[in-house]
Amino acid sequence: MKLSRTDRDQLEGRHGPAPAMAMSILVRMGEVLEADRMLDIVAAHIDSTLYMGQATLDFAEKLSGMGAKVCVPTSLNVGGVDQQGWQSWPVPPAWAEQARRQMDAYQAMGAVPTWTCAPYQTAFRPKFGQQIAWGESNAIVFANSVIGARTERYPDLLDICAALTGRVPAVGLHLEANRAGQLVIEVSGVPKSLQAEDSFYPVFGLLVGKLAGDRIPVLTGLNVRPTEDQLKAFGAATASSGSVALYHWVGVTPEAPTLEAALQGRRPQDSLQVGMPELRAAWQDLTTATGRRLDMVVLGSPHFSLDEFRRLAPMLEGRRRHPDVSFLVTSSRAMAALAEKAGALKSLREFGGRVTLDTCILTTPMLPSDVTTLMTNSAKYAYYSPGLLNTQVVFGSLSDCVQSAIEGRVVRDESLWAG
Amino acid sequence: MIRGRALVAGEAQGEGLMTSEPLSFWGGYDQVTGEIIDRRHPLSGQNASGRVLGVPGSRGSSTTTAVLLEAVRRGTAPAAILTANTDSFLALASIVADALYQQPLPVVELSAHDFAAVHTGEWIRVHADGSLEVGDHP
Repeated sequence: MKLSRTDRDQLEGRHGPAPAMAMSILVRMGEVLEADRMLDIVAAHIDSTLYMGQATLDFAEKLSGMGAKVCVPTSLNVGGVDQQGWQSWPVPPAWAEQARRQMDAYQAMGAVPTWTCAPYQTAFRPKFGQQIAWGESNAIVFANSVIGARTERYPDLLDICAALTGRVPAVGLHLEANRAGQLVIEVSGVPKSLQAEDSFYPVFGLLVGKLAGDRIPVLTGLNVRPTEDQLKAFGAATASSGSVALYHWVGVTPEAPTLEAALQGRRPQDSLQVGMPELRAAWQDLTTATGRRLDMVVLGSPHFSLDEFRRLAPMLEGRRRHPDVSFLVTSSRAMAALAEKAGALKSLREFGGRVTLDTCILTTPMLPSDVTTLMTNSAKYAYYSPGLLNTQVVFGSLSDCVQSAIEGRVVRDESLWAG
Repeated sequence: MIRGRALVAGEAQGEGLMTSEPLSFWGGYDQVTGEIIDRRHPLSGQNASGRVLGVPGSRGSSTTTAVLLEAVRRGTAPAAILTANTDSFLALASIVADALYQQPLPVVELSAHDFAAVHTGEWIRVHADGSLEVGDHP
């Protein structure tokens, strides 16, 4: 790999020990990936904030202890603990302390404490064509697909190396030629009424992720224009069941005005047709619980947006959750503050709902041990909860989730998915 | 003798644990015990600690690296990892384990053909040049 003079200076420690460590990791990764050079990035989003044990804290404190500073605008993904609210959940205090130290270390490096997995809905939203280094699978797929910014799938620990040096190996989705669609998925026979439903998108995303694996899917055949939050739910699902970092949706996403454009004029590696049988199977796959028993409804993976708070608020107006079912929304401090100002949190509080900020149920040990069955409208929560939290899960629409919280048992309108 | 490409070089040996299904370590690998905990994965319930784990690659979450790094620190990581593609997540975890703890975890990329020729239960010796010896339990 050819290094620039600045790369070499950083590698050899002339910019200090932290850029030297970061650059040495980037260079070794460049060799693994057989990159021929590095390129500049204009922004980074750091997923290394997640506390996964002593090792991730060691890494963060090693860098901050060396005086590391980010050299591009850098946002922070969810942290390991809701610093304002963890005490009202059974989070072990020692764990909270370690997670907080790790969050502090990344702030000390000059990154902005956005603490959100939906940075594309903040001021840190990148622009079309920009080279960025983003961590967090759902944020990566959104930035590449919906915005047309360019990022590889940056894993934890590498995203911060990019932020500290402003450089990344010139590989993968940073390069135009590698952004061509590879797998065409044509959808047919899906009623328009279902396409208009929010809950269609996580299910469709789960199916696409499973079919695509790590290939770039190109979607055709649907005739609705999805909202931004629908694309967010779709992308998060594709990056859970698969490793999708970029999809093209013909007529919807910016690099796919036509099928030919999405394929960059090439022939796809493969083409598939899917319809209701495959979608119905994906919908069933998102639910592991069999009965009507329910302990908790949880919304907000990726983090709830202002629009999502606004849509939820009237559904809760004048109603109250069942005493046996808790109701939680996970979001960022910025979104929750906007929602508060917009008057969208009042009905949630009166309903008996709670909001957890800066983190989520998958990344902080907050759930009481008697919570064994969750219900959610998020494919990402539904996908990961059984393994990470050892819970049963039910997938439903937003209104199913609200209705179930009120009745204290799982109720779903299954007519849209009926065969 | 199988020749692979050492993404991260090292010597290791252990009993093979192979799957053709990619794995997200976040939500898929318990860093405290080494158990595969993705309940939708064919290896669910198996323990990979100290074994030579063969996965075509990682999948999904970008936190896979952090989970694997912590597993290396705790001594619950596989002895080595075999992949069927150039998996940057698994390589990175090992490179950082080297930078932080001087404990690189050998990661070897095999061709799809060679990957399919290694089976669960076989004893696998991984060499620093990326070559493997596959045989019976010593």
